Amino acid sequence: MADTSLTKGKITGIISNLVTIEVDGPVSQNEICFIMLGNEKLMAEVIKIVGNIASAQVFESTRGLSVGTPVEFTGGMLEVELGPGILSKNFDGLQNDLDKKEGVFLKRGEYTAPLDADRKFDFKPLAKVGDVVAAGDWLGSVKENWIDHKIMVPFKFEGKWKIKTLADAGSYTIYDTMAVVTNESGEERKITMTQKWPVKRAIKAYRDKPRPFKIMETGVRIIDTFNPMAEGGTGFIPGPFGCGKTVLQHAISKNAETDMIIFAACGERANEVVEIFTEFPELVDPRTGRALMERTTIICNTSNMPVAAREASVYTAMTLAEYYRNMGLKVLLLADSTSRWAQALREMSNRLEELPGQDAFPMDLPAIISSFYARAGIVYLNNGQTGSVTFIGTVSPAGGNLKEPVTESTKKAARCFYALAQSRADSKRYPAVDPIDSYSKYLEYPEIQEYFAKNIGEDWIDKVLDCKNWNLRGKEAKDQIDILGDDGVPVDYHVTYWKSETIDFVLMQQDAFDKIDSICPMKRQQYMLRLVMDVCNAKYNFESFEKVAPYFKKIINIFKQMNYSEFESDNFKNFENELKTILSERVA
Amino acid sequence: MNTEAFQKIYTKITKITKATCSLKAPGIGNDEMAYVNGRPAQVVKIAGDEVTLQIFQGTEGIGTDAEVVFTGKPPMLKVSDDLAGRFFNPYGQPIDGGPEIDGEEREIGGPSVNPVRRKQPSELITTGIAGIDLNNTLVTGQKIPFFADPDQPYNQVMADVALRAQADKIILGGMGLSNDDYLYYKYLFDNAGALDKIVCFVNTTEEPPVERLLVPDMALTAAEYFAVDKHQKVLVLLTDMTLYADALAIVSNKMDQIPSKDSMPGSLYSDLAKIYEKAVQFPDGGSITIIAVTTLSGGDITHAIPDNTGYITEGQLFLRKDSDINKVIVDPFRSLSRLKQLVIGKKTREDHPQVMNAAVRLYADAANAKTKRDNGFDLTDYDERAIQFSSEYSNKLLAIDVNIQVDQMLDTGWQLFSKYFSKAEVGIKKEIMDKYWVGEDK
Repeated sequence: MADTSLTKGKITGIISNLVTIEVDGPVSQNEICFIMLGNEKLMAEVIKIVGNIASAQVFESTRGLSVGTPVEFTGGMLEVELGPGILSKNFDGLQNDLDKKEGVFLKRGEYTAPLDADRKFDFKPLAKVGDVVAAGDWLGSVKENWIDHKIMVPFKFEGKWKIKTLADAGSYTIYDTMAVVTNESGEERKITMTQKWPVKRAIKAYRDKPRPFKIMETGVRIIDTFNPMAEGGTGFIPGPFGCGKTVLQHAISKNAETDMIIFAACGERANEVVEIFTEFPELVDPRTGRALMERTTIICNTSNMPVAAREASVYTAMTLAEYYRNMGLKVLLLADSTSRWAQALREMSNRLEELPGQDAFPMDLPAIISSFYARAGIVYLNNGQTGSVTFIGTVSPAGGNLKEPVTESTKKAARCFYALAQSRADSKRYPAVDPIDSYSKYLEYPEIQEYFAKNIGEDWIDKVLDCKNWNLRGKEAKDQIDILGDDGVPVDYHVTYWKSETIDFVLMQQDAFDKIDSICPMKRQQYMLRLVMDVCNAKYNFESFEKVAPYFKKIINIFKQMNYSEFESDNFKNFENELKTILSERVA
Repeated sequence: MNTEAFQKIYTKITKITKATCSLKAPGIGNDEMAYVNGRPAQVVKIAGDEVTLQIFQGTEGIGTDAEVVFTGKPPMLKVSDDLAGRFFNPYGQPIDGGPEIDGEEREIGGPSVNPVRRKQPSELITTGIAGIDLNNTLVTGQKIPFFADPDQPYNQVMADVALRAQADKIILGGMGLSNDDYLYYKYLFDNAGALDKIVCFVNTTEEPPVERLLVPDMALTAAEYFAVDKHQKVLVLLTDMTLYADALAIVSNKMDQIPSKDSMPGSLYSDLAKIYEKAVQFPDGGSITIIAVTTLSGGDITHAIPDNTGYITEGQLFLRKDSDINKVIVDPFRSLSRLKQLVIGKKTREDHPQVMNAAVRLYADAANAKTKRDNGFDLTDYDERAIQFSSEYSNKLLAIDVNIQVDQMLDTGWQLFSKYFSKAEVGIKKEIMDKYWVGEDK
């Protein structure tokens, strides 16, 4: 701050959290500055410059600011600090460690260090002196919880560097020098366990970004079976309030097959974040047997926290995800909700008196959303290993109308669409993912089809498509029944409808609050799909339509009991036998 | 407001709209309170040395030579235990003829609670109303509005909830409350002998609309005092938040801001969230629970106000007139309490979640059957039974005049199940069914 070459300024105007600053030197777009209000330093980001007047959005409440308050510029953009110790932390949108903040209330202008300077980590070298390395290359590794946290050549380093010294295996703090590297022109640089990176720029220290070619299991049937998510894929969950967006995202985060989860609570309810704080340390990751919190980092900028920091929070989360991806890890990034982020953009655009686009959102909203989604993906690192960032965002469409700008822009950017339907939520059919409107583009990827054929079964995709088709036929049959009346259609229509209901109740619905049903591994999904398809493909004898519903309700009830039982347990098998008996009564 | 000797008085107003005025005044702080000809006002915009003030009571009769005095402080409330049993206007001044409050002066609309200092809400609030306790259980630290058409008895239901909720303090924030409703609340609290735990901040329909903007912050500052400093369970009632949002729109409109959906300001979500997110459960037992009213026009929940509210609050309660039983019920389809999962089956009997879901599902079947009947189709035996079930369910459990314990609600549920349905039709987990089913399976 004492650097006299840095630009200084004075506040000339204030509307809500937008201030205008008259500056005495050069400023750049997105530069961070601090407003010096007495003892408080309030962080702000430049979002527009006209002549010597810079407009900045303040990441804090502007109460009490007055014209003439001095401002100091930093010369840099908003950066996050990357290094061991990020896991299990609760950050705000600007990467302040929330647990380090004092008091019950968030104090304005209090910024806390994201990493722990005194914490020691056991370092193991992965490179050796004399190796030629580039940005993102692994120099060594430390244990962070159960993850092998790689110490890398900082992403900002350009060109080739030769390792001059490298620390021996041992215990170090994060700011100890781990390596010294030199480049061809003789420049020498020290490398610690940490580095900084501006959040609005994608980290590109990898060799290649192929199309996604693998599936990421989530344990949620409507996703894995019907609309699979690819590792390194993108998806979004739009839905009116009360349809279970957050419950679905939490379910995914609990069961997803991934090494690390970053949860960006962006402008949503504080109690939902508290739920994660409370439950995740208790819940066990089924794959590692460790507490879920150990693989989770939360970026928390709830709806009552300053709006500008809300916008920053999604970028902070994405940058942390990219950092861990470069260690060869599978990272799942969940953002709830991207609409709140878009609204933060709208509020600023509005205060800047920009000409508005649709629904008063800024004109470049689609571009901002698509370039953000583009940061997800699976990559081949410099050493040939893969790492991935899978991104699933929720969208909260105003009035539940999917034709609004945020939903439409996101639809163009994301490959999976999990539409939550009010009608399904009203009839308590959870997860309320609409089976007909929702899609996964990955089902059409030849790479993914090949993956399924090899890992799940040759006929898997055909079966899934067959199942989806039954579901559609059931809906059509139901429409006819509703128009013509129960006895105005052939009995077959009722059978078709109830087959689709069986698919719906047994496969598409899932009890997120039941210990067993909430997690459905792929093997179990495969088994259940086969059983349900056997029921669908069978022919039945019914004397009248009145017999159809009670019969299928019995079948559905037994299937549901199976869903609630431990897979392949005695209970499970008993129900399966019971099912077979009932089927043999009617099947032609 | 008496002006103090050293305060500078400005007398040159450059611009006046219906809700705001501007003047040249250097060195003024954002959000600062001021008095324009004695009328309270607040700084909302500063550009150079021009300051824009929103005048809460409107600008009628304000002249370009009006006297403007700045207080150097944002709006404040004096807090102490003496607040209990008192009625105030939106500026925190007594309107009940009692003395001024002597206490610590606090800024209203202060900072947010650090999320990591919150505790997960887990304490059940029982109201005796089965439509709430059984289907949409409330929890301390929750925020939930009634979405209601203006003709529905939401103020009554809210008062019932407040009086039965066993809160240490009930804080009523009345915005555009009709004088009749205000007196109704006053009478009710008085009659229930609860007056000593009530604090009211009231702006009635007779008073200027922009004033309403202060009410929620005043009410919540008082609530924070009791919840944080005194570790009390505080229930805040805010009625009607639609009128609050309308006041926001008036001000933003007068400041030439570009409106977004339904002529509401683009910041409506953040503005409402700042209020509702004050609901909190603290680890030491103190809590703030917010029950609000958002009136709808013609039941339209896609309007920006209910829509943004729905995304912020932890559920919503809908009232509806059920013509089958001629009573007002809590609509089981559209109502939702998001925090119920934290208490049902945990703080209440284990069968609670399953009974709740099964009953609503069967009620939905009845609704479908009714549609079928209305369209002139024959009903199946199941349809008939579902319809019979639905009216008994509505009468015994959904109606707002029900006042029973949660266990009784569950028992009633099981009785209705076995009266009208077979076990397979009810479709509940077997262990629970075996334990609670009444009588023989059909």
